[in-house]
Amino acid sequence: MTQFVQALLNGVSLAAVYALVAVGFVIIFKSTQVLNFAQPALLLLGALWVTHFATAVKLSFWVSLLIAVVLSAVTGVIVERTALRPMVGKPIFSVAIMTIGLNTVLTVFALGGLGIDIRPIGDPWGIKTVSIGPFTMAQHRVAAIVTAIVLVGAVMLFFKYSRMGLAMRAAAFDQEVALTQGVSVASVFALSWALSAVLAMFAGVFIGAGVGIDRTAAVTSLKALPVVIVGGLDSIGGALVGALIIGIVESLTSTYQPSLLPALGTGFAHVVPYLVMFVLLLVRPWGLFGTEEVERV
Amino acid sequence: MSDERTPLLEFRNVNTYYGPVHVLKDVSLKIYPGEIVCLLGGNASGKSTTLKTILGMVIPASGQVLIDGHDVTKWTTSQRVEHGISMVPENRRLFKRMTVRENLEIGAYLRKDKENLEADMEQIFEMFPRVKERLNQKAGTLSGGEQQMVAVGRALMSRPKLLLMDEPSMGLAPILVAQSFEIIKQIHEAGTSVFVVEQNANMALSIADRGYVLQTGQLVLADTAANLLANPQMRQAYLGEVQ
Repeated sequence: MTQFVQALLNGVSLAAVYALVAVGFVIIFKSTQVLNFAQPALLLLGALWVTHFATAVKLSFWVSLLIAVVLSAVTGVIVERTALRPMVGKPIFSVAIMTIGLNTVLTVFALGGLGIDIRPIGDPWGIKTVSIGPFTMAQHRVAAIVTAIVLVGAVMLFFKYSRMGLAMRAAAFDQEVALTQGVSVASVFALSWALSAVLAMFAGVFIGAGVGIDRTAAVTSLKALPVVIVGGLDSIGGALVGALIIGIVESLTSTYQPSLLPALGTGFAHVVPYLVMFVLLLVRPWGLFGTEEVERV
Repeated sequence: MSDERTPLLEFRNVNTYYGPVHVLKDVSLKIYPGEIVCLLGGNASGKSTTLKTILGMVIPASGQVLIDGHDVTKWTTSQRVEHGISMVPENRRLFKRMTVRENLEIGAYLRKDKENLEADMEQIFEMFPRVKERLNQKAGTLSGGEQQMVAVGRALMSRPKLLLMDEPSMGLAPILVAQSFEIIKQIHEAGTSVFVVEQNANMALSIADRGYVLQTGQLVLADTAANLLANPQMRQAYLGEVQ
């Protein structure tokens, strides 16, 4: 029982990281109809800023985080202006493929800065743990959960209650009519990319916290894809539930599969998210919470 | 029809293209403050393009668009909305997953005087009591007639000087069409000029002061509504009268 609850807790902490990437993915898809496969590169780039300022420049972690937020937001806006704007009106498929290319270019750039070693991220949590009764959890994982709740909560409140959030929802539903209400669709696009890049950056920080960051962080962040497929491409709440499902399934698999089903080999837990995605696509292609008519690539 | 006042909206020899297709051909028109003007024409005559050109969603290749005497040809859509142009789109096109209240709020998106919004909403509820009852419902759950009221309310929330109505009779039951035109008259009486784009020529001319007739991108007739209703050419082509 202890082992089971511990696995659940680990799953939730995985879910926190996946949720940060997935919510960014949903924000961009909802308001610009772009499937953004460049999210992993934005995550690496964000983590790179933090690492650079915290360990090379030797600023405090919190200051580095703040600088990284600004740089990530700016990166998001620049990417949108230079790469995505010329693609407005092109088929959703072409734009999606373009973001894959964009991901490669940005990843090369990020890895150039990151190098081939595992780089510490300079976080204050390190390998310290907290224990409650029989359960232990790394402090950085607790921090990830808290941060994900705060950030995603803030995004949801922003969409629901702010003037700009209202405009973003309107533009997501009907761009042309939003434009005729005076909404600047250009700012909506820029803000979506900025938000999404910042969320990806935080995910990068928590993937790197404690253990350090290297190129495999991009692979981890790719699990946002099964998350959004499960939750539905156009639902923030869905992305959260999807993240929990994927995170917990992955964690339970890595806890029990090696002893119960050793035939499946080691590292099977990394495959499970994609299996869940596969099954869901067969039975409910629009996701658990998505809108049925949303296009698929 | 010669008038010394500054028109609220003016087209001067506007030419618009979609790629190689010449959509609006040398269109000149004027709408004066206090008028209801209608633009009639069949399918693909350029009616919707005219509206898009007014709002700056299509930029003419040549010619000028003027609002209140200012050349706005190069202005963005939001600048034009800020200068008092507002539209009720064809088929209403509400933000169906947002509440009725949110639909009205987005109509006031560019308004700086947020303190007056509640009062303006009250005025809309006075005109359409049903809208008040539905305020917290998702707009997509409303009936066609109610959606029309919300679409008009949304457009009025920006306090427009000129209201553009794109095919207000489209997709509405006959009784609602009559109601819809009754609403236009009411809005007009409250001091807003209205530009109605319609296929239903009889209905539009019955409330309009003047009308233009557009045929494959060219204005072929421009006259007072009364004269257009009496015009034999008009009666045959647009008013459904068999000789």
